[in-house]
Amino acid sequence: MPSDTATKTDAIIRFDDVVKKFGDKTVLAGMNFSVAPGERVTLIGPSGSGKTTILRLLMTLEKITDGVIWVNGKPLTHEEKNGQLVPASEKYSRERARTIGMVFQQFNLFPNMTVIENVIEAPVSVLGKSKDEARQHALDLLDKVGMKDFADGHPTQLSGGQQQRVAIARACAMGPDVLLLDEVTSALDPELVVDVLNVLRDIAETTDITMLIVTHEMHFARDVSHRVMMFDQGLIVEDGTPEKIFNDPDHERTRTFLRAVLEER
Amino acid sequence: MTWRWDYARDVLPDLLVAFLQFTLGITLAAGVIAVVLGLVLALGRRSDNAWVSRPTFWLIEFIRSTPIPIQLFFVYFGLASAGIRLSALVTGILVLGVHYACYMAEVYRAGIDAIPKGQWEACTALSLSPQRTWRAVILPQVVRRIVPSAGNQIIALFKETPFLIVVGVGEMVYVAQQFGSATFRFTEPLTIAGLIFLAASYPTSVLMRRLEARLAQ
Repeated sequence: MPSDTATKTDAIIRFDDVVKKFGDKTVLAGMNFSVAPGERVTLIGPSGSGKTTILRLLMTLEKITDGVIWVNGKPLTHEEKNGQLVPASEKYSRERARTIGMVFQQFNLFPNMTVIENVIEAPVSVLGKSKDEARQHALDLLDKVGMKDFADGHPTQLSGGQQQRVAIARACAMGPDVLLLDEVTSALDPELVVDVLNVLRDIAETTDITMLIVTHEMHFARDVSHRVMMFDQGLIVEDGTPEKIFNDPDHERTRTFLRAVLEER
Repeated sequence: MTWRWDYARDVLPDLLVAFLQFTLGITLAAGVIAVVLGLVLALGRRSDNAWVSRPTFWLIEFIRSTPIPIQLFFVYFGLASAGIRLSALVTGILVLGVHYACYMAEVYRAGIDAIPKGQWEACTALSLSPQRTWRAVILPQVVRRIVPSAGNQIIALFKETPFLIVVGVGEMVYVAQQFGSATFRFTEPLTIAGLIFLAASYPTSVLMRRLEARLAQ
């Protein structure tokens, strides 16, 4: 069962004093937190507060400046050599990140492949599944996201919302333990947002995949997450249940941010 | 000087044979070298290993900045004096192929740089191996993007084949020259050679444009 705070041993994700700098700019200023298996955590905060960087570090799309990230009790950013933690090679980190999936703001489907080819590519070439098995699983997933009829279509023929649903199926096809959702509805027309959020709600209700969600959809965050973390200037301002953060935040910074986001709508 | 049709009719068959036998063959063989080696050079230039990327960069710059006739002389006569004997034809194909590989490397580079960052990130997120990332995702998209400019490079290569005269390859313009020297009439054979070049390269460039339009869909 997910809990509000994971202990060090059973955490699926743990950040230990994680620092990330881009040149002189500090994006994460010594970040500490853990996520329990099955927990769904929404990261909120103004742009530049570091929330997307957290997802990108986990997906090994960025390199850590200092600190250690742990996944499933083993370091992601470091290798153990002679009892010492040394910075890991890119190859090692990527191997460790195989159980992590990510959905991007811009979908990033492969335009040279059909919808179903997009979904089966990694299961076949990375997991070594047979084409038939991968295809069957992919069709089930596409059915779940309402895109089965488009299996042989090309991504360029689809709307943004449809592309994003395929991208979600593609990430799920790898059977990830952790799913990272990076502003997955921000690039969509308002009327297409609902379908994508419904798909994610369904995944949240029917699976126990751990989710880290960066979003500006506060209703969605309140509905699906066990926990909300508020970031500002590379630090965690506040960390608690959605009820607590949205109804009765402790910090003025959280209040002003939520007021600004909700007024914008 | 008047144009003599009977003479033109006499030289045409030999010129056409030389065109089909040498000019087209050289273009195809050198074109294959350019397309394959160009990709190797483009990847070498992108290598994380400076011992690979730096020399590749300088090799490309060096070959692109020196004229083809000098490269032909160098390979044909220079290597011969070093004990490596290549036939004129092989020399011509190698020099043209390698020269245009350096141009193709730039074409590939531009094509690779034009792939959105998100495509690479999606490959990482799906744990695709570097080989699979290149083969299944990046290169197929690069090929689509570079067809028009790669086609133009091949047409340019095609038009450089007469340079092989300097080492004595019997391609079409060489044959035209031979007719000229024998009869002191250069107008007909050289005009016909030029028209054959035009007749071959114009439809090809039209075809390239059609292909480009189709791939863009």
